[in-house]
Amino acid sequence: MNILDIIGPVMVGPSSSHTAGAVRIGLAARKLLGEEVRKAEIYFHGSFMATGRGHGTDRAVVAGLLGFAVEDERIPESFAYAGESGLAFSIRGIDLGDDVHANTVKMNICGESGRGLEVIASSIGGGRIWIDEIDGLNINVGGEYPTLIVHNLDEPGHVTGVTSLLADRSVNIAAMQLYRMGRGGEAVMVLECDQEIPGEAILCLRRLDGIRKVTYLNMGIGHETEEGHVRLSGEDNHGYKGKKMGFLADRAGG
Amino acid sequence: MYEAMREAVRAYDPARASKSALVGGEGEKMRNAREAGNLICGDFIGHTMEIALKLGESNACMRRIVAAPTAGSCGVVPAVLLAMEAERGFPRERMIHALYVAAGIGGVIANRAFIAGAAGGCQAEIGTASAMAAGAAVFLMGGGADAIASAAALTLKNLMGLVCDPVAGLVEIPCVKRNAMGAVNALICADEALAGIYSKIPPDQVIDAMRAVGKAMPDDLKETGTGGLAATPWGIEVGEKIGPLS
Repeated sequence: MNILDIIGPVMVGPSSSHTAGAVRIGLAARKLLGEEVRKAEIYFHGSFMATGRGHGTDRAVVAGLLGFAVEDERIPESFAYAGESGLAFSIRGIDLGDDVHANTVKMNICGESGRGLEVIASSIGGGRIWIDEIDGLNINVGGEYPTLIVHNLDEPGHVTGVTSLLADRSVNIAAMQLYRMGRGGEAVMVLECDQEIPGEAILCLRRLDGIRKVTYLNMGIGHETEEGHVRLSGEDNHGYKGKKMGFLADRAGG
Repeated sequence: MYEAMREAVRAYDPARASKSALVGGEGEKMRNAREAGNLICGDFIGHTMEIALKLGESNACMRRIVAAPTAGSCGVVPAVLLAMEAERGFPRERMIHALYVAAGIGGVIANRAFIAGAAGGCQAEIGTASAMAAGAAVFLMGGGADAIASAAALTLKNLMGLVCDPVAGLVEIPCVKRNAMGAVNALICADEALAGIYSKIPPDQVIDAMRAVGKAMPDDLKETGTGGLAATPWGIEVGEKIGPLS
């Protein structure tokens, strides 16, 4: 076993789920956007809304959007740092329904280039997170692996194109999900990988025919795992990889 | 990780208060009482309590800590390890080994039951931290595997049934003081095991019992801030003052 599954992470308190997990959600959203966040509408659901203020969940999410790590002692003062760095944000409550994890946040963020992104993510315990939705699409990734999200046209060959490009660079795929809006429309593949994906590979992917958008989420987990944020839990079924090996929903762009 | 624990104690600031202003300055008071020589339990246990209080308090005040196994129970393991190191001057290498022993015990409990208050009550959270600390303490004193496992089992037996009932849902009251209790409980159980007073019930069965008790606990008593101490008139009043986010 790994000692770091139990001891760690080094983090700013008071709660691994309501503080450290919330920072990671902010960080994930920032990485998904791929640029400095200028505007954020933040909506807290469930326990995040009920006890978020006392746990600093509000300041934690904003800290993550600013790029602060979970152990950064500036987290309690993140609102002031947001003011300095030109991040305008609002925080409200929301009811996302009963099927959603109690520690869930929805965010509409906008970057300096004007690019926008909607993310729904949950903090599932021990500082681990789960990204439920990006731009209205269920993606269900934990962010524990370097993750590629590729939007492409739903036509033959794109999965092969993407996977062979990764294979050429010795990147192994741990889990893969495929979705499409409808036959021949837009499709999305979500690939969680064992290795980091080189920037050059992402540029190549973007140049492939039929590829609309490539988003890369790398929470730097190889490094963070050394600080021990991966946690064992007898109760928690999230993060179980096997269930995602099957192709979900419609098979897309084969 | 061990150095991060030491650094967290060093960085303690008695002037900081938590967001609710319910927590702050406890560790400093214990230090003062120690220096005045006023403690019934003596200086070593006083030192252990001081570290546990300081870290529990730092966590509540959004300072940097090391979750062990959780943020809410972050004071227990460092309190026992750092106080024993200060008292007996164990070499650094041995302290790191002790941390491995602690992590091993935590890993077994996490796999067999749970380690979060939300999942199994405080018995699971401070209970696990206390079991980890007790095993590490026995290891430091040269105890063997049986004594280590027995000390861990004894801590869980002492804390069996303890509910997670934080006032206003915050990791503050009673969490900070339960860190001190968990650390001293670890010392009691370590000394029992070292004296040859073993748990009659096998450790695995104790963990299974803790799991069953946690499963049987109503949600009110699992970190929802709605039962136990949180449901006292005082607790309810505090909760209403802080209020939800929106």
